[in-house]
Amino acid sequence: MTRSEASPGPGSAPSGAQRPWLDLRRVGLSSLALPGSAVAALLVGAVMLLMLGTNPLTGYRALLDGAFGSSYALSATAVKAVPLLLVGVGICIAFRANVFNIGGEGQIAMGALFATAAALALPGLPAILMIPATLLAGAIGGGIWGAIPGAFKGYFGVNEILSTIMLNLVAVQVMNYLLAGPMHDSTAESVGGLIPQTRLLPESSWLPILKDGTQLHLGVLIAVLSAVGVYVLLWRTGFGFRIRAVGLSRDAARYAGMAVPRTTMLALTLSGALCGMAGSMLVFGSISHRMVTDGSLTGFTGSAGFNGIVVALFGGLNPLWTILSSFIFAGLLVGGDAMQVATGVPSDLIVALNGLVVVFVVSVAFLRHRPGWEEPTSEGDADSLTERVEQNVPSVGPA
Amino acid sequence: MSDFFTAAILTATVASGIQLAAPFLLASLGETIGQRSGVLNLGVDGIMLLGAFTAYYVALETGNTPLAVLSALAVGLACGIATAFISVTLRAEQGISGIGVYLFALGLTSLLFLKLVGTPTPIDQPPKIEPPFLSDLPWIGQLFEQNVLVYAAFALVPVVAFVLNRTTFGLNVRAVGENPAAADSLGVSVARTRYATVAFGSTLGGLAGATLLFDVGIFQQNITNAEGFIAVALVYFGGWRPVGVMLGSLLYGLTQATVLSWKGLGIIPVSLSDLASAAPAVITVLALLTVARRFRQPAALALPYTRGG
Repeated sequence: MTRSEASPGPGSAPSGAQRPWLDLRRVGLSSLALPGSAVAALLVGAVMLLMLGTNPLTGYRALLDGAFGSSYALSATAVKAVPLLLVGVGICIAFRANVFNIGGEGQIAMGALFATAAALALPGLPAILMIPATLLAGAIGGGIWGAIPGAFKGYFGVNEILSTIMLNLVAVQVMNYLLAGPMHDSTAESVGGLIPQTRLLPESSWLPILKDGTQLHLGVLIAVLSAVGVYVLLWRTGFGFRIRAVGLSRDAARYAGMAVPRTTMLALTLSGALCGMAGSMLVFGSISHRMVTDGSLTGFTGSAGFNGIVVALFGGLNPLWTILSSFIFAGLLVGGDAMQVATGVPSDLIVALNGLVVVFVVSVAFLRHRPGWEEPTSEGDADSLTERVEQNVPSVGPA
Repeated sequence: MSDFFTAAILTATVASGIQLAAPFLLASLGETIGQRSGVLNLGVDGIMLLGAFTAYYVALETGNTPLAVLSALAVGLACGIATAFISVTLRAEQGISGIGVYLFALGLTSLLFLKLVGTPTPIDQPPKIEPPFLSDLPWIGQLFEQNVLVYAAFALVPVVAFVLNRTTFGLNVRAVGENPAAADSLGVSVARTRYATVAFGSTLGGLAGATLLFDVGIFQQNITNAEGFIAVALVYFGGWRPVGVMLGSLLYGLTQATVLSWKGLGIIPVSLSDLASAAPAVITVLALLTVARRFRQPAALALPYTRGG
């Protein structure tokens, strides 16, 4: 039996016995933790640059210029932020329900495959119908890939970290199969059909460019609106209340009459749907307007499924702050490429620094456990739960 | 299909399955020890990446295979101390900090590979041991022709089982993983025990990376392809028991080897070969849904311990 559904009943479980894995109080949402973690990671990055024989100031200067230095750079950063934001907002939903979604990578790929299939199947649709149709298909594809581990977790108590990771490994093979098989473009145009990719997608499916001469496309707007929508969902609807209540205490939520398994499943489904939308953005906002694989998930997603976790944590698991945080981390990624061109330091440095930010953010949470630091105590009763969920309404930002 | 059921092909498939299972076995044995003491180390894939790169770089520069393996062990140990510091001392959320360690290692190994290794060339693989009597056995002799790392992986199974179940240290590990407050009250240091298990477990993770590297023969970016996370799943699959973990690793390795063999024989058409490669992961998910649910995880798994808290 696993940890989730074994409790004999509310009240009888000793305090702490059913503590969730993700205790939001331990994630380090304090205001100093976030900038502090970023600065610490950048300092480690500076040491690494020095060891590689590059002046850190030159490197970071190139990074900043490349990310934010011109209107073209800003538009590239905004476009890069789109998948990060959508995944990050999806992660906010899952983590708020105390469900770890590590399956963003696979959900992105499945969403992209569904969306691409929709565009290929309905080539005649005008853009006004085509774009919503592909987005919806993407959300369905990613949603299915989130619903599977969600149902496993909610109804059978299967650890979602493991099942989402396994489904990533399945998704990559499904993608490789479809792009080399049924969805493959075998025309001469694609180098004799050697590249596992689809044919050029119908022009009506391309995300319209908002500003000429830049890459800024409609997806930027859609992603920001989605973030606002998820904020409203989490803090202004009954469903959002249930998600956060389940996340704070499954026992208390059950005692309050909430359908814990169904809420868990829906949270992970919705999380997957947003990742799936990110996948469709990656295809229809791409420069090639095809879906291409190099055989790995990272090759298609650019690790957005993992970086989205960084973005969501850095946004304090609040969708509105995640908008800002996705822009910052997209800047790091875009700037990392510019730094590579200017100094020859591979942009993988940024991936490493992102990892450090995650470690630092969750590590500094211990500061909040100093002796004398007051913590909410009771874990088990519904009244205090309601209170705590209500208190958790952020006024403007991470408390 | 009848091609497959010949003695030569079957033994070759099983032998390759045992070899493919070895890295997963090492990593998941290490993960088992850590989890029995209550620490979830999700960064194991990253530790494997660092171990694999270190072994590759040392082997490339010195040509000394034992030194390469030792370096991978040292890097694993260092990662273990860092992981223990993050999880035990700083009490970070283990499900997330592990992803951070993974991303860090993924970026760092790619970075170092691109900067330090000019032209990647294959390295010498450790020789296969041919045990005098066993490898002469009819039919199954080939199964015993494995390199020393594979032997080490399987030899560690009874060792770990013995330590966990028959020694004072093992009792302390299990106590700390089930009820740290009770263990603490009896004078068992929760922190020291967890540091020891995580450090040892991560050392095995580094060795797993080296084993994987010597299987492949050359380093490439993201050489584990996130399959190191399988090691964590195998711990659940094996019910936190070394022998169960070994059976899980063997199932995973044999499934991989069978798919490879069937691809080679044309039993699986080329067009479906990618899909078939997903079989091990699908089987693992199904196992999580069925077999693995019968076991109970250590009660204090992934919960940092605070005295009096």
